[in-house]
Amino acid sequence: MASVSDNVMRFFRSSSNQAARAAVPQKLTRRSSGMGEISRLLNSQEGLCVLDMGSTSANNIRFFTGKGHKNYSEDLLRSSLDPALRPPDSAGNPVVDSKKFLEENLVYANAQFDVVLCWNLPDYLEESLVKPTIDRLWSVMKPGGYLLAFFHTRDAGPDSICYRYHVTDTDMLEMQEVKFAPPGRPASDRQSPRLQRVFNNRHIENLFRDFASIKFFLARDAIREVLVVR
Amino acid sequence: MDAPQTGEFAHIGKSVVIKGELSGSEDLYVDGNVEGKIELRNHSLTVGPNGNVKADVSAKAVVIQGKLDGTVIASERVELRKSAVVTGDVTTQRIAIEEGAFLKGKVDIQKEAGKAGAASS
Repeated sequence: MASVSDNVMRFFRSSSNQAARAAVPQKLTRRSSGMGEISRLLNSQEGLCVLDMGSTSANNIRFFTGKGHKNYSEDLLRSSLDPALRPPDSAGNPVVDSKKFLEENLVYANAQFDVVLCWNLPDYLEESLVKPTIDRLWSVMKPGGYLLAFFHTRDAGPDSICYRYHVTDTDMLEMQEVKFAPPGRPASDRQSPRLQRVFNNRHIENLFRDFASIKFFLARDAIREVLVVR
Repeated sequence: MDAPQTGEFAHIGKSVVIKGELSGSEDLYVDGNVEGKIELRNHSLTVGPNGNVKADVSAKAVVIQGKLDGTVIASERVELRKSAVVTGDVTTQRIAIEEGAFLKGKVDIQKEAGKAGAASS
């Protein structure tokens, strides 16, 4: 069990950074070109299905349902840390069970969603879960549907803060640091997930190779926004 | 939050386990385990902080502080308090979600004809 805990703890940054981050404002804002494009779609049609894969956000639910759309919430990063997904292999080392992960998460009918908001999920998700998750998203998205994802640039260090994005206006996002207690730890032991990798453009293109088109938006912060069409 | 303070309500304590269909004509406060179905057409359901409900729920208003796994249909409103853990689809006129609440599922706002309805936090 100790090794399972160690593997889970790899996803969280060390506590020595907490003091340095204490001065960071809890919520920041950023303008999002990708969200602006999605908002144009949302404003042009009614009754769309939106899948928000960040942690539960009242803001986002209000934003999407206020425009007459259906909002689905699924905090995939939190779900990926379930210890039950890490059975030990023959050598006793915990191995992530991606098949079980997809049996319990993202269980939707094919071609259900018009919009999928990945936010920064691919940067923080366990390596073995990234491609299966994107493949599943391809299946559950409608042809012509939009997927928005944020990727750190190589300027981002391993201790880059993991943010949750709240939609506040058509192209404005409020950023809130994500913290949650690792499984088996008390609620008071909340920590921030650790950046798992930095994708380059080629990696991102490969990740979404089954999609119809991909558009990159560069921003002043160390984030690339990627808008993908199914 | 305490149990509802207005009017009469039925109370299921935290040591109680019920499997089956619950229906009634009064408000219901559940702080125990309920599995099955809960139908309170014109009344409110509150799932207390110790409540663990695995049921499809139909009520006028639903306030969740504990766990609920199932479909929620509330003709007026749904409130997810900060300790709420909800897995399932929610259909209602208005929904309020406190910071810290967890929801995995769909939110479908069905506005009643002639009335304004909205999601709020």
